[in-house]
Amino acid sequence: MSEIINLTIDNVPVSVKEGTTILEAAKKINVRIPTLCYHQDLCVAGNCRVCVVEQKGADRLLPSCAMPVSEGMEILTNSLKARNARKHMIELLVSEHRADCTRCYKNGNCELQELSSEYIIGEDGFIDLIPYKEYTIDHYSPSIIKDDSKCIRCQRCVRTCNELQKIGALAVAYKGKDMKISTFFEKPMFEVVCTNCGQCINRCPTGALTEKTYIDRVWAEINHEDKHVVVQTAPAVRVALGEALGMEPGEIVTGKLVAALRRLGFDSVLDTDFTADLTIIEEGNELLQRLKKALVDKDPDVRLPLTTSCSPGWVKFIEHAFPEYLDNVSTAKSPQQMFGALAKTFYAKKIKVAPENIVSISIMPCTAKKYEADRPEMRSSGYKDVDYVLTTRELALMIRQAGIDFASLPDDDYDSIMGESSGAGVIFGATGGVMEAALRTAYEIVTGREVPFKNLNITPVRGMEGVREATIKIEDPLPEWKFLDGVELKCCVAHGLANAKKVMDAVKAGTVGYHFIEIMACPGGCLGGGGQPIPTNEEIREKRTAAIYREDENKPIRKSHENPEVIRLYKEFLKEPLGEISHKLLHTHYRARNRY
Amino acid sequence: MEDVKLMVKELADNYGRSEENLLPILQGIVEREKYISEEAMVEVARELDISAAQVYGTATFYSFLETKPTGKYVIRVCKTISCMIKGKNDIIRELENVLRIKMGETTHDNLFSLRETNCLGQCHKGPAMLINDTPYTELTPEKVRKILCDIRNIEFPAN
Repeated sequence: MSEIINLTIDNVPVSVKEGTTILEAAKKINVRIPTLCYHQDLCVAGNCRVCVVEQKGADRLLPSCAMPVSEGMEILTNSLKARNARKHMIELLVSEHRADCTRCYKNGNCELQELSSEYIIGEDGFIDLIPYKEYTIDHYSPSIIKDDSKCIRCQRCVRTCNELQKIGALAVAYKGKDMKISTFFEKPMFEVVCTNCGQCINRCPTGALTEKTYIDRVWAEINHEDKHVVVQTAPAVRVALGEALGMEPGEIVTGKLVAALRRLGFDSVLDTDFTADLTIIEEGNELLQRLKKALVDKDPDVRLPLTTSCSPGWVKFIEHAFPEYLDNVSTAKSPQQMFGALAKTFYAKKIKVAPENIVSISIMPCTAKKYEADRPEMRSSGYKDVDYVLTTRELALMIRQAGIDFASLPDDDYDSIMGESSGAGVIFGATGGVMEAALRTAYEIVTGREVPFKNLNITPVRGMEGVREATIKIEDPLPEWKFLDGVELKCCVAHGLANAKKVMDAVKAGTVGYHFIEIMACPGGCLGGGGQPIPTNEEIREKRTAAIYREDENKPIRKSHENPEVIRLYKEFLKEPLGEISHKLLHTHYRARNRY
Repeated sequence: MEDVKLMVKELADNYGRSEENLLPILQGIVEREKYISEEAMVEVARELDISAAQVYGTATFYSFLETKPTGKYVIRVCKTISCMIKGKNDIIRELENVLRIKMGETTHDNLFSLRETNCLGQCHKGPAMLINDTPYTELTPEKVRKILCDIRNIEFPAN
C-alpha cells in the first residue's frame, strides 16, 4: 500500500515511504532540523514552528515535523528564508521565557538555550514580556517544580500526561496570550491527580518542569561529622548514569558508580538491588499465600490478581484511578522503602550506629520516589526511613560538582551486609523484570526446580510491547503446593500508565483472568524513569534495557532467594517471609484518593 | 453538592457522554447556574470519564463559560481592535466608575459582573457590549450610564 516518494532535501535526493514527514526524511540523510515541540514519543503538535523549512516554488514555509513528503518536493532546510523565520520563532519564544539561565537548574541541558545560542539570539530581539506577565512557580510538590515563567507552551508535558500516561493532570487553559499549561483550577501539583512520575520533566525542553533537588541538603549531611550517610542505588541508575557524564547510552557503570559515591563521601555504599531481592521473597510469598487462600481455602475475601507495588507512580495512580482495587496491590513496600526501613534498624545495629545518626539517601531513576519517601506510611523504623531521594541526574551533577572524571574511575564493589544482589534484583529496572524475578523464585519454591526457560531468561515477559501476557503451567509441584498442580499461572506486564489503565479496565470488566500483574509507571520501566538522563527516547530505552539484561547474565547469582545476604537477613533478623518483623518494617498500606 | 451531581447527570443524559458533548454540557451548566463551579467541573469529568484539568482547560478557553460566580447581569465589553479604535477604553472606564468595580469583578450586591470578551461581531457598530444575552452597540459613556440606570430601576423600582 505504501508507495515510495522521491524528493530532495538540501539538494540531496532521498526516497522514503509515503506518509513520512519531512523531518523524518531529513533525519534519514543525517540532516538535523531543529525542533522544540516535537518529541519522538509523542504525537505531532506543530505549534512551535521552529522546524519550518522552505519548499522551492511555494511561498509559505512548511512545519517539517507535521508535513508529510510528496513526490518531487525540493526542500531547503537551511535557506535564508527558513533560517530567518526560525530565528524569529526562537526570538519570540525567548521573549516570553524567563531567560534567567545562569540561575536555572536546567542550565546546560536546555533545548531552548541550545537553540538560542546556535541562532545567536541577542538581547536586541523582541521585548522581554516576563515583567508584564503574571506567572506562578509551584514548588509545593516534593517531586516536581512547575515554573510557568519558563514555559514556552510547546505542550510536550500535556501530551505526555494525556497520551503516554493517560492521567491528564496537565491541560491547556485559557487562550491567546493568556494561554498556559495548567492543572485543574490551577491547583498545586501535589493537590491534583499528578502521580509524580516525572515523564513531563523528561520531555520539557526548558526549565519549566524540573525535579525538586535535594543536592545541597545531601552535601550538608555528607559533611556533617556525626552523621553516618548510607546510600542505596536503584537498578536502573547503573545503566543510564554514564549518559549524563559523557558516555554512550547502554554502558553499564555499576563499578564506577560505587567508586564515585565513595569519593563523594558517602559512608556506606549499598544497593537497592539487595532489597529488590528481598521484595521478591516477600511479594512472591504473598502471591503464593493468596493463591493458596483462593484455591484451597476458597476464601471469598482474597483479592486476585495481585499487582506489584514497587513503582510509586503506579501506586499513586491506582489510588486515584482505581481505589476499589487497592487490596489487589501487594502490601510489600518498594525496594527503596524496604531498604530505608532496614537501614535504620537492622543495618544501624550491625554497624553500631544510633539510628538517629544514620542519614539514608537513595539514588533513583525516579521523581515519584521523592514523594514515596515523604509518605507518612514510610516511617516504620521510627524515623523517616529514606531521608533524601536524588535522581540519576542529580547524582551526575554532584559528580561533576566534585570534579570527578567519571569515565576514568576504577571499578569498585558495594559494601557488604546490604550490598549483595542477584541478577533478579538487577532486572527490576526494566519492564517485565519484577515479573521475571518473581517467577524465577516462586516457581522454584513451588516445584523445587528452576523455571523451564533457557538460561533462566523468561523471554515472554521481556520486550517493549505496552502490555504483555505470559502463562506458566505448574506441573509436578512439591507436596505442600499440590493444589497448584496443573494450574496455569497467568501473568501480565504493563509499562506506562496508559497501558496500566488498559489492563485495569480489562480487570474491572472481568475479561481477563490474571493472577499476577506487574506495572511500571514509566515507559520501559524504571530505566525510562522520570529521573533519568535527558533525552530519553525509544532507542535509548532499548539500549538501557539491553544493558540491564547483560548485567543480569553476568551475575554469578541469578535468583533472589539465593542471595546470601538476603538469606542471612532472614536468619538473623526477619526470621521468615511475611513474618511479624516483615509486617512491621517491609509492608505498607494504601489510601483512596480523589479520582478527578 | 447533590444538586450539582444531579444537574450534571441530567445534562449528560441529555447530550451524551462522549468528549464532543463536553461543550454543550458546560453551556448547559452556565445556562442554569451562570457559572461552572469546581464541583460541577469534577462531576462533568466523572460523567464523561475525562480529566478534570481538561474540563477546566475547555471552560477557561471560552470567554462565555464563566468559572467564577457572577452577578445577575454579566456585562461583556468587546476587547478587540475595532471596538478599541472606537473608544472601548472610555466605555470600560465609565462602567468601572458607575459600578465602582474593576474589570473582572462583581458588585457587592451581586447585581453586575464586568468582563471583557472577544469579538461580538459588531465591528461596524463599535464599541459594543453584551449584557447577559442582549447586545448594546455604538456605545458612548452617556449611553452606558443610562443602560445601567434602567436596569437598576427594574431591579429596585421606586416605592
